Amino acid sequence: MAHVSMVLNGKRVSGTVEDRTLLVAFIRENQGLTGTHVGCDTSQCGACVIHVDGKAVKACTMLAAQADGTEVVTLEGLAKGGTLHPVQAAFREHHGLQCGFCTPGMIMAAVDMIERHGAGNLDEATIRHELEGNICRCTGYQNIVKAIKAASDEMAGLQQAAE
Amino acid sequence: MGVDGIGARAVRKEDKRFITGKGRYTDDMTAQGMGYAAFVRSPHAHAKVVSIDSSAAEDMPGVDAVLTGEQLVGDGIGNLICGWMIHSKDGSPMNMGAWRAMEPEIVRFVGQAVAVVIADTAAQARDAADAVVVEYEELDAIVDAVAAMEDGAPQLHPEAPNNLIYDWEIGDEAAVNAAFEGAAHVTKMEITNNRLAPNPMEPRAALAIYDTAEEHFTLYTTSQNPHVARLVLSAFYAVAPEHKLRVIAPDVGGGFGSKIYIYPEEMVCLWASKRTERPVKWVSDRTEAFLTDAHGRDHNSVAEMALDADNKITGLRVKTVANLGAYMSLFSSSVPTYLYATLLSGQYNIPAIHANVKAVYTNTVPVDAYRGAGRPEATYLLERMMETAAREVGLSPAELRRKNFITEFPHQTPVIMCYDAGDYSATLDAAMAAIDYDGFAARKAEAASRGKLRGIGLSCYIEACGIAPSAAVGSLGAGVGLWESAEVRVNPVGTIEVLTGSHSHGQGHETTFAQLISERFGLDTDAVSIVHGDTDKVQFGMGTYGSRSGAVGMSAIVKALDKVEAKAKKIAAHLMEAAEGDITIEGGELKVAGTDKKLTFTEVALAAYTAHNLPDGMEPGLKEGAFYDPTNFTFPAGTYICEVEVDPETGTTDIISFVASDDFGKIINPMIVEGQVHGGLTQGIGQAMLENAAYDDTGQLLTASYMDYCMPRADDLPAEYRLSTHETLCPGNPLGMKGCGEAGAIGSPPAVINAITDAIGSNDLSMPATPEKVWQLCQTTTKAAAE
Repeated sequence: MAHVSMVLNGKRVSGTVEDRTLLVAFIRENQGLTGTHVGCDTSQCGACVIHVDGKAVKACTMLAAQADGTEVVTLEGLAKGGTLHPVQAAFREHHGLQCGFCTPGMIMAAVDMIERHGAGNLDEATIRHELEGNICRCTGYQNIVKAIKAASDEMAGLQQAAE
Repeated sequence: MGVDGIGARAVRKEDKRFITGKGRYTDDMTAQGMGYAAFVRSPHAHAKVVSIDSSAAEDMPGVDAVLTGEQLVGDGIGNLICGWMIHSKDGSPMNMGAWRAMEPEIVRFVGQAVAVVIADTAAQARDAADAVVVEYEELDAIVDAVAAMEDGAPQLHPEAPNNLIYDWEIGDEAAVNAAFEGAAHVTKMEITNNRLAPNPMEPRAALAIYDTAEEHFTLYTTSQNPHVARLVLSAFYAVAPEHKLRVIAPDVGGGFGSKIYIYPEEMVCLWASKRTERPVKWVSDRTEAFLTDAHGRDHNSVAEMALDADNKITGLRVKTVANLGAYMSLFSSSVPTYLYATLLSGQYNIPAIHANVKAVYTNTVPVDAYRGAGRPEATYLLERMMETAAREVGLSPAELRRKNFITEFPHQTPVIMCYDAGDYSATLDAAMAAIDYDGFAARKAEAASRGKLRGIGLSCYIEACGIAPSAAVGSLGAGVGLWESAEVRVNPVGTIEVLTGSHSHGQGHETTFAQLISERFGLDTDAVSIVHGDTDKVQFGMGTYGSRSGAVGMSAIVKALDKVEAKAKKIAAHLMEAAEGDITIEGGELKVAGTDKKLTFTEVALAAYTAHNLPDGMEPGLKEGAFYDPTNFTFPAGTYICEVEVDPETGTTDIISFVASDDFGKIINPMIVEGQVHGGLTQGIGQAMLENAAYDDTGQLLTASYMDYCMPRADDLPAEYRLSTHETLCPGNPLGMKGCGEAGAIGSPPAVINAITDAIGSNDLSMPATPEKVWQLCQTTTKAAAE
């Protein structure tokens, strides 16, 4: 058994799990945060993307024990004080989701994508390339791409306004 | 949100929970003392089950029970059924073999369950399932449907000699033969429609909770039609009587047809919950989904089209072999018959059509409806034939189609359907203008200068949606009626709950349906909630598939709203001492026309519930229900055009442009409709270029994960789909809606393949058009050109 302790969405949590327990199972079953989804067994679909120490990670490819001592953010931790993150707002505004099942991973991957490239620096082709690891069966991606681009541009505007 | 009526691009009410991680899917549900199920599945496509030894598994940590098919059958659980009776052309009923939820004797496809383990954790259940020792005696397997009918092929079911389920026909064979005798030109093709795995992103799941005191079951499950699930589980599978079974389909992560059916696993969870006296949960992993979710398509056809000297189509002859897999799934029999051959007239005036369909058992997972269901197969066949015929007779593909378009309505086809309204030239014109069809030759020449091959392909599709008039489908063999129900409850404070038998699993009903109420009464959409997916809340319903929620589900809501409005007007007229006929409703108020007298909707609702001052004899309350049974199918139609560029050096195909012009009748929320088209087009492009559910000769599924089955990714697709709509109202339902859920998947595959074959100059291309296949054909055509 492994004792796991981490900061999850700003809160210190811990638990004792089997060594083989995946991080996604720890988050969903042990911590009861079901916003992170499991859509495949081979790390292809990306429904389980979360942030571990600021980096996008597929939570089905990491053991809970490997996340000991890290800081983890899931979709539930993205909105601050009731205000949606610009990426969340853009997904709603641009109809970037239908059934909602891939959405947690899409949004978490998009936030990471914007951070890595810098807000305002994403074009349509780059976004599509970056979404290689996230599968959606409902939307045909067109409105997801649009939402990510809009959020990226909006975040650039916000940054400029702040400077 | 505000008042968002019909036609508003309202953002979705349901989105907040999905974008904040608060959606509630079946796998998110838990129950006190819950155990987990893991299935023991056959590794063989065809084998006798000699013995099952569960002793080692039973001793493993956390294991509660190991249950087998023998126990299930012993407890009186019924076989899985097919709900649509098809008769062969000789009048005999279809040959249906027995399908048990866990098989005690002979397994017939890889992945079929033979036993289940219930344990305290999912991991323990899976470990123990691996420790169940099943001895099999392997039998020869058959996976190819055409070969399965040959003498000497392995036989799956004693009820079906030569694996033939039915040999069905439609249309006037003699009239077709006469048309071919007088034909000036005949186009003939062999056409394969490739097998697909539906792949909603949420895998199937079930949580069954048995209450020992009340002898009552609750089932949370991933269903597109929870009431149908309850009906079938009760009436046929004998799990529990209907009043002792509540089925809840909460947030469901996509369906595309694959979650219509009631599968073995859900039944077994219910039964196991009673057996073990604890809640039982099962969640499919992706490989189980590939192995056990009903697949789609899988047709082999030979088609012949007769044209006269004026290039008018005079006859169409189609022979199709449909692979239905190892067992007959719930609606499988209807897909290659009444959902397929009845659409073979397409958008064209074809005086004589005859189709013969043979449905066949093979050692593969059952095949049933997948987005479009039969209509994509008909469209692919007909639209490849049209493009090919145009090339053969030397007409432009658009001209041949236009020459044969149906232009007068209603139009009775020779294959049952009576088209009610449409304007096929309008959608063709719009699509051709959108893609600059006239400029194609210049673009092709420019591409050639870079060593690339450009091609353009059309597809003019039609589909039958709004499924379906109950009496009509009953006469064709359906075991159920296909109406829809609704209940509109106005609360005393004037807010409204709409209970619907439709089920939303991505379609956005919570928004679209609320827009209808907002339009009708001028209320804020936030004052309306849509309740669906729970058999304890909604009286009955037939669920969501066949693009029916708008045309059928919303029509039922309209009927209930009519009743609510009539009663509200009576109350308002009474309170304001006016004539009922003078009351109008606008902006959330009931007004007396020509005066300044008015009451708010809330005041009238409250009056209905206080009942202090109602018209004589009126019952208190403001709540009305309705059932709506459509009078005809609806007929969405349109034109899709695809332009591709092929690199002959590598065989890779880029979609340069894809335009869609659709006629969906009345559109409630254009944003949601566009989203449906985007998704449908992507699944169709996936079928055309990427996806294939492939079995090897021994019946092993070669594509049982996302490592092997090529799902469309964002960068496989064009930068933007360009969409337009042209509206002819459907005369058959109150809102004039036709449906938009399946069109994209139905219309797009032939547009893509017609474009690629145009580019490479070879018509010998099957789906999916992988770079390898395209490259091989490029070698042949380049060589031929050189010689």
